[in-house]
Amino acid sequence: MGSLFRSEEMTLCQLFLQSEAAYACVSELGELGLVQFRDLNPDVNAFQRKFVNEVRRCDEMERKLRYLEKEIKKDGIPMLDTGENPEAPQPREMIDLEATFEKLENELREVNQNAEALKRNFLELTELKHILRKTQVFFDEAEHGGVVSQMADPSREEEQVTLLGEEGLRAGGQALKLGEEGNEKGDQVYKSVFIIFFQGDQLKTRVKKICEGFRATLYPCPEAPADRREMAMGVMTRIEDLNTVLGQTQDHRHRVLVAAAKNIKNWFIKVRKIKAIYHTLNLFNLDVTQKCLIAECWVPVLDIETIQLALRRGTERSGSSVPPILNRMETFEDPPTYNRTNKFTKGFQVLIDAYGVASYREMNPAPYTIITFPFLFAIMFGDTGHGLIMFLFGGWMVLKEKPLAAKKSDNEIWNIFFGGRYIIFLMGMFSMYTGLIYNDIFSKSLNIFGSNWLVNYDRSTIQHNKELQLNPNSTDYIDYPYPFGMDPVWQLAENKIIFQNSYKMKISIIFGVLHMLFGVMVGLWNHMYFKKRMNITCEFVPQIIFLCALFLYMVILMFVKWIKYGPKNDPIDGPGCAPSVLITFINMVLFKPSTKVGNCDPYMYGGQSGLQKFLVVVALLCVPWMLLAKPIMMMRNRRKQHYQLNNHGAENGDVEASMGALQQSGGVTQSGGHKEEEEDMTEVFIHQGIHTIEYVLGSVSHTASYLRLWALSLAHAQLSEVLWNMVMRNGLAREGWDGGIVLYAVFAFWAVLTVGILVLMEGLSAFLHTLRLHWVEFQSKFYTGLGYSFQPFSFEIILDAAQATTED
Amino acid sequence: MGASAIPVIAFTLLWGAVVFLGVALPLFVPKGPNRILQVLLVLTGFTCWLFWLCCYMAQMNPLIGPKLNSKIILVMAREWVSQKHRLDRRLDNSYCIWTD
Repeated sequence: MGSLFRSEEMTLCQLFLQSEAAYACVSELGELGLVQFRDLNPDVNAFQRKFVNEVRRCDEMERKLRYLEKEIKKDGIPMLDTGENPEAPQPREMIDLEATFEKLENELREVNQNAEALKRNFLELTELKHILRKTQVFFDEAEHGGVVSQMADPSREEEQVTLLGEEGLRAGGQALKLGEEGNEKGDQVYKSVFIIFFQGDQLKTRVKKICEGFRATLYPCPEAPADRREMAMGVMTRIEDLNTVLGQTQDHRHRVLVAAAKNIKNWFIKVRKIKAIYHTLNLFNLDVTQKCLIAECWVPVLDIETIQLALRRGTERSGSSVPPILNRMETFEDPPTYNRTNKFTKGFQVLIDAYGVASYREMNPAPYTIITFPFLFAIMFGDTGHGLIMFLFGGWMVLKEKPLAAKKSDNEIWNIFFGGRYIIFLMGMFSMYTGLIYNDIFSKSLNIFGSNWLVNYDRSTIQHNKELQLNPNSTDYIDYPYPFGMDPVWQLAENKIIFQNSYKMKISIIFGVLHMLFGVMVGLWNHMYFKKRMNITCEFVPQIIFLCALFLYMVILMFVKWIKYGPKNDPIDGPGCAPSVLITFINMVLFKPSTKVGNCDPYMYGGQSGLQKFLVVVALLCVPWMLLAKPIMMMRNRRKQHYQLNNHGAENGDVEASMGALQQSGGVTQSGGHKEEEEDMTEVFIHQGIHTIEYVLGSVSHTASYLRLWALSLAHAQLSEVLWNMVMRNGLAREGWDGGIVLYAVFAFWAVLTVGILVLMEGLSAFLHTLRLHWVEFQSKFYTGLGYSFQPFSFEIILDAAQATTED
Repeated sequence: MGASAIPVIAFTLLWGAVVFLGVALPLFVPKGPNRILQVLLVLTGFTCWLFWLCCYMAQMNPLIGPKLNSKIILVMAREWVSQKHRLDRRLDNSYCIWTD
């Protein structure tokens, strides 16, 4: 079982596949998803590859399926998603599939064409029906009104009834709403009916032209009322007939689509799998005899057995008798980085990979990040109430994981939250703990164990003073601290920030230094794993000494100060004499003696001055050690080898051979010429110089950078206090029945702001700062991140990607 | 030095147990992909314990006392003191009844 501490051991393999068995074997490997194939013909363009034809056929099938899917969606038929995962079909089944899709597509296109023609016909008839009805109304009115004499002029030749689009009509007329889906877009079009009376052929052509100009449809209008009635009757029967035919056509279309909808998801999966297989086969090399395909692939060493089993299954399925051959190959190439993650660790691995994929077999920071990330976040986000909201949200996503994952939303923000559900869950949990330690719940404190500060003032003192300070050097303070977290009295105190700043700054530095030390330690494991003894003695040891001598010492000073100086001690160890840790540290680095103020001893313990000087000197000595030791040792090694080489070469007269032997035994690359070597050396010097400067300056700036833990924590606490005082307090201050209503509204406002600003926005900002602390401050101590990630050939990944692109 | 033994022992034991569980996990559970879990338990135990410890030690020897508004002092005197001494007073009362 691979662990997450380092990426999997990978090996390059050569795979010989029988031509007949290749398809089935690759299909099995695709189901497994543990093999990354390399392109063996990178200079062959996509159109000249062996299986172009098959890929093209798959593309065509996919197009047909997409057409079907579009039609199904148009009719609103639900597509059955059984979630089953059919295997890639045999190559011969491809023809069946093609035939099925071809038939379906043709059928559908035909039905659609017929339906369109019928619809057009239907529309025309409907227009005619309405025209006849309107003209009938017109003639009826005319008969009653006595205009008939004029109308019934025997000299008229012909009547035409015209339908005009509404937009062509400006001069008035009867607007008639035709409740039909007139044009192709399915919009409704308003049309008007005109009756035009005219005489003579000349006028007739003119009228026709005008009508054409306005894009009107012309219909004949019989003269006699009886003819008109007959015509109307005829139209009605034809419309009815058309309606039945149209209904039947629609039914047929629906039946075809329903049948297709049951299978379409399966078909999509099958076609995509076939396409993926042929794409992969295109990466292979053809053997000279044309009987064998050769592939090269990266494979996790632990999974070789499983892969061989899969290959055997594939051979059996294809009925081939010759087993495939999987050969391990030696290579100088860097293998890909493959971290086997599960749903819990995946989110954290993504955070690490976003910075840079680990170099092959390098220590992976992800397992430590699982705790340190939520913890550092929680130091900044310490509030039990806000943490609880986050915890509940994360917990809900974790509990409802399966139904939520099945929904497959394409909302990007939701997907980010859902992908990081375990991170959110842990961040919420740790925030609740740090919130309890800070004793901060929506900016209020809990008094579980009873405050250890007591009020001993009498009534008159209290009444005469606006503000009073409790004295730690009296009975105001019970001698031992509040057992768990901050004493609740500090939340009420006016000087809360002074006290909390000193505390929070100290914990920021304490945790920061420990975090960095841990990073350097992880670097040690890296050096040990890669057997780089020189890196341990020339880099790790001075690095850790430097960090301990300066910054760990500062951390120890903080603890000493906490223990040694107390309110009830002698004045020399009392509050007045407590030296500032920061000033002490600065003086130490500058070799400045601490100045004595009054009776106070500027040093915390005897011999402090001497020890500090010693520590600084040691730390300073570490700098040239880091800078020079490694290049000098490399140079000396080389000279030694040269010496051996020269002696050896002189004896045998065969320099080349001995050099090759040395290369193999020593493992040091010899770049031949003297000049090249010198350039190589300067490069090493420059590299080491940069590395040293980065580390030394980095330790200082990174330590200071951890102060962001304090700054953000302070900002968060202050913001939540301001929100309570400015908003929630107004709701609570009112009494009576109307107070309830006001409180209701105020609470809603407060809750929205709490979730929106304090949890979401502050959470995001704390998240980003934590990310930075991990990427820069922690990982710079050991992480190279120059690898490239393992991208196995896996149907699962391919299908997911295809689905995501179609949904967009 | 103003530390009380009970909380120090209690919380050290509590988080120490988590760390111990992480270290000793292979004894209880058969071999498997437990090393991540071990790391998680040890780190959780250590960080949470240290965080509690820092807060405790920062308050062990307070160099300043809280500055309080007179109103808050009055409320504190009424609410918190009575809370702390309610038990004592109840004992006192029972004592009185008994002597009567």
